[in-house]
Amino acid sequence: MIEIKNVSKSFGDKQILKGVSAVMETGKTNLIIGTSGSGKTVLQKCMVGLFEVDKGEILYDGKSFTAMHEEERKELRQQIGMLFQGSALFDSMTVERNVKFPLDMFTTWDHKKKIDRVNEVLERVNLKDTNKKFPAEVSGGMKKRVGIARAIVLNPKYLFCDEPNSGLDPQTSMVIDLLIKEITQEYNMTTVINTHDMNSVMEIGENILYMYQGEKEWVGNNKEIIFSKNQKLNEFIFASEFLRDAKDMRMLEEKGIIDNDRNMDEVMKDPEAHLLMGDNDKRESHPGPADDK
Amino acid sequence: MKFFKLFGEYILLMKGMFTKPENFKMYWKELMHQCVEIGIGALGIVSIISVFMGAVSAVQTAYQLTSPLVPKTTISQVVRDTVILEFAPTLVCIVLAGVMGSKIAGELGNMRVSEQIDALEIMGINTKSYLVMPKILAALITIPLLVIISMALGIWGGRFASGMSNIVSLETFDKGLLMGFTPFYISFALAKAYTFAFIISSVPAFYGYHVKGGALEIGRASTTAVVASCILILFADYILAAILL
Repeated sequence: MIEIKNVSKSFGDKQILKGVSAVMETGKTNLIIGTSGSGKTVLQKCMVGLFEVDKGEILYDGKSFTAMHEEERKELRQQIGMLFQGSALFDSMTVERNVKFPLDMFTTWDHKKKIDRVNEVLERVNLKDTNKKFPAEVSGGMKKRVGIARAIVLNPKYLFCDEPNSGLDPQTSMVIDLLIKEITQEYNMTTVINTHDMNSVMEIGENILYMYQGEKEWVGNNKEIIFSKNQKLNEFIFASEFLRDAKDMRMLEEKGIIDNDRNMDEVMKDPEAHLLMGDNDKRESHPGPADDK
Repeated sequence: MKFFKLFGEYILLMKGMFTKPENFKMYWKELMHQCVEIGIGALGIVSIISVFMGAVSAVQTAYQLTSPLVPKTTISQVVRDTVILEFAPTLVCIVLAGVMGSKIAGELGNMRVSEQIDALEIMGINTKSYLVMPKILAALITIPLLVIISMALGIWGGRFASGMSNIVSLETFDKGLLMGFTPFYISFALAKAYTFAFIISSVPAFYGYHVKGGALEIGRASTTAVVASCILILFADYILAAILL
């Protein structure tokens, strides 16, 4: 579990994070979402120590990361895996050497044991026969999977993913999302994903933190997000008419108003359906005071 | 003000290199890799430059020494001393600043922009130590060797050109080479080689390591690194000459 307590971060005069507090739960896919410039990447970089926080504290299983010495941080970092937006694979190394690199650096295993482990994780991310290929010779989706394989090769307790779907088609994005979710449960990791992909939010968002202008705006999961009354969140998530319609349908589905036995004419006559959809429209223009912040 | 900020960051980069390696074997492998990249990679260009600068030096010295009162052995003495004192260490290092400097800055800049340096940091690796130190050590090992090779090839180039153009006989050239030789010149040239090797590796590493932005900034960093290295080499050349000669 990772706890973020009242974290603030500024660059020059510009305050990017304004006292953010949140909890990233173990065994769950924790999503940080928000518009560009909302501070989600800065928050993630603060969590892994690429940026130092100005104020506040970050705790890994109760141990303060912010108070740790460099050597203690180094030790902790061996339990952290990270998948970068552009995969960050080493261009001059083959897929096999990329995945083997953390083992070479931090274990004293013999060559055979390392290769066995590399093959095991490559197989886990559904990559076979790519060992001898260079990053430039594989597709974007495969690069992401190599990145995941490298991130999990040392059996980390924490996995960070920075926009794992960027630049991927929707189908491949879904494959990557589900892979991350499966791995999270399999290895019982604390996974933190930084994204603004709505498919990811709906599909794997077990614990969602919505950031708005450097502040925590909303916390919940992919079920609760449908019924959220937070106007900013609704404007961000359900930005298009298509998504707003999809939200209405999902709400009706969740309330049991739509099912396989009822046709749409019947549903449209249902006063509860009108109430829900109307409530949704009203909510978007006039947010209620009882916001689930 | 900007100069002091840059200098401070440069000192911090150098200071940050000195930590205990995470895995000595991996550092050793990286050092050997860099020795091959810098040493073997530059051997071709250094050889070509050295032979031609020695040859040109012999031909031009002969062209200017028209007085019958000046002995022909002077030509080989001038070739020897200019090659050892200036051409081999300074000219070769300026060329290496262009070849190796842009390569080091480009490589580190690309690693920074594509988040490879961040990936190493998150793994718990001191990137200053793992990426920068082997480059500096490799330069300190290989560049003085390249300078020694350059001295030999430069003098050989002068001898070859003298013989081929009938400027002076090979016997006379060889005789001149042994006349009035000052062994200190070799030490002086090596002192310059070590100083320039440090500049050629550390300055581009600094600019490459701190790249922010994209491809355009990598190009800019490479150019700035080469220009800064060349200026520092010429500045250090003057300082060393003023102090040591």
